[in-house]
Amino acid sequence: MNTTTAARRAPSFTQSVVLVAEREITTRLRSKSFLITTGILLLLVLGGVIAGGIMSKNVSTTPVAVVSSVSSELSNVPGLELTVVDTRADAEALVTDGTVDAAVVPSEEGAAVPVTVIAESEAPSSLMQGLSLSPELILLDPSDTSYLLSYLAAFAFGIVFFASGMTFGPMIAQSVVEEKQTRIVEILMSAVPVSALMAGKVIGNSLLAFAQIVAIAVLAVVGLSVTGQAELLTVLSAPLLWFVGFFIIGFILLAALFAAVGAMVSRQEDLGTTMTPVTMLIMLPYFAIIFLHDNPVALTIMSYVPFSAPVGMPMRLFLGTAAWWEPLISLALLIVTAALAVLLGSRIYNNSLLKVGSRVSWSQAIKG
Amino acid sequence: MLQLDNITKSFGARTALDGVTFSVRDSRMTGFVGGNGAGKTTTMRILLGVLSSDAGEIQLDGAPLDAEQRRRFGYMPEERGLYPKMKVREQLVYFARLHGFTQAAAGRNADSLLEELGLGERRDSTLESLSLGNQQRAQIAASLVHDPEVLVLDEPFSGLDPLAVDTVVEALKQRAASGASVLFSSHQLEIVERLCDDLVIIADGRIRASGEREELRTQHSAPRYSIVCSSDLGWLRGEPDITVVEFGGGHATFDAAEPAAAQRVLRRAMADGDVTSFSPQRASLAQIFREVI
Repeated sequence: MNTTTAARRAPSFTQSVVLVAEREITTRLRSKSFLITTGILLLLVLGGVIAGGIMSKNVSTTPVAVVSSVSSELSNVPGLELTVVDTRADAEALVTDGTVDAAVVPSEEGAAVPVTVIAESEAPSSLMQGLSLSPELILLDPSDTSYLLSYLAAFAFGIVFFASGMTFGPMIAQSVVEEKQTRIVEILMSAVPVSALMAGKVIGNSLLAFAQIVAIAVLAVVGLSVTGQAELLTVLSAPLLWFVGFFIIGFILLAALFAAVGAMVSRQEDLGTTMTPVTMLIMLPYFAIIFLHDNPVALTIMSYVPFSAPVGMPMRLFLGTAAWWEPLISLALLIVTAALAVLLGSRIYNNSLLKVGSRVSWSQAIKG
Repeated sequence: MLQLDNITKSFGARTALDGVTFSVRDSRMTGFVGGNGAGKTTTMRILLGVLSSDAGEIQLDGAPLDAEQRRRFGYMPEERGLYPKMKVREQLVYFARLHGFTQAAAGRNADSLLEELGLGERRDSTLESLSLGNQQRAQIAASLVHDPEVLVLDEPFSGLDPLAVDTVVEALKQRAASGASVLFSSHQLEIVERLCDDLVIIADGRIRASGEREELRTQHSAPRYSIVCSSDLGWLRGEPDITVVEFGGGHATFDAAEPAAAQRVLRRAMADGDVTSFSPQRASLAQIFREVI
């Protein structure tokens, strides 16, 4: 029986993983429910971007005080409602009492730029954009980002992680149960190592989830640029990159756990019970971020707890409350947890895959 | 040749396999027979590496069996299953690739196999849209698609209509003829009897009999003969060492205490008239099965 050895070379572990991952991906891409969910998610993001664009256009006039000697500097800036005052002190007074959002005053002697902008807590973007030469900026009450923006960012990070976790997690578990329920798993196990099976599932689905958030990110970036909200991008870009990093590792953590709990049952109907603890691990951080994002202590804790870190840490980076080394430590913690989850997950997976009938108990699944 | 040596397996306090030893020879069909819970499926799972044994060794061509060689095994588990929503050909290609085939070679194998098993027209149907019998054929195809050198089939004929049984039998015989070792279990003893060259009988986790089918039949046969003759055989009753079991003028069935006595009967009958039939009665598989377990 050597007729076919030329066509056959035993696949390496990696090749087996790739094959399994490939099947996961093509199966998903053909499933209507998956395509519809993705479409809805993208539409939501698009809607959010457009709504944001309309809102930013509506706040078209910004009240600005200007000292008469430099009022000519602002004559060409659109969207401003000018109040001309005589002295810098008058202008500052108007800013402080909230009559205007910002004041434009002559710079100190010898400054490179002729005007200085004074604002309460943040510089009005329409004014800053309108002044073609970047003026010196003095904040009287500095705070890095506005409340609304931070709320929106928290919500966006949270919902993306939540949505991906809740779409792909159960999907992974279901695909494990399907193989167990249809007993195909025995054929698979006789062809490839169990660890390759699980790795392929986790990697295939993680790649899909990742592709999905990349699509969302691209849509958001393009949308924000087109609707003239590009300045939001510069604020978001670094946290966004961190979010992607955290997301990948965080997702692998979840995927491994979902694969493991999927292996513990023999029928789709029983999946709910074993999946609940893992679902909680997605839900709790999501709600915590939504409700506690303006509580610095809670947010700091959440930015280190592995399950909420993918949302919490980018959030703190965005707010500017995290030192440069903090995301590194948090990411390291997440990587360690993910590695442990993969080990635990593959152990449960290994021990449970051939056990048919009633649900495999946690102790059985872990001890074997 | 695949050799199982003293394989033992327990699940908790229950001993599933107790010193299972037998061999599956190249180019031969080996039937694996036993009641429910006798240990057939466990043995097959251990052969495939899906389960690990507690003790004992499996050798392929004299060397311990490893995962690499198991890639060249074909397996059909007792509980059937393929991906319900995947197209038949696609699944076969996937399985062949998992066993190390290139995409192109996997496609060629899948196509010819689907033709051979009469599934050519359903190649692009999803599995769940096939009739049960066709799903069974697809299952067989999945175990054959990577040209396995050793085939381990757990109840390959259950659920097949007689026509499909013939198709599958043909396919298996052909694999054996081209050098593969085929081990299959079945409850349908008459199929096993018709198909197998070698036989392994297991009960309560122990091998009760194994070897060439004909040899086993001879071993387990009573020394019983039947004879048909043109003259009356009444004289048989008076012969020494002969016990008549059934008699009806020109034909009789008798037990001989020793083969020489039967030959003596034949010679006398031929002297009296024309003998149209004289044959030792061989034990059927069902008889052997009942006898050993």
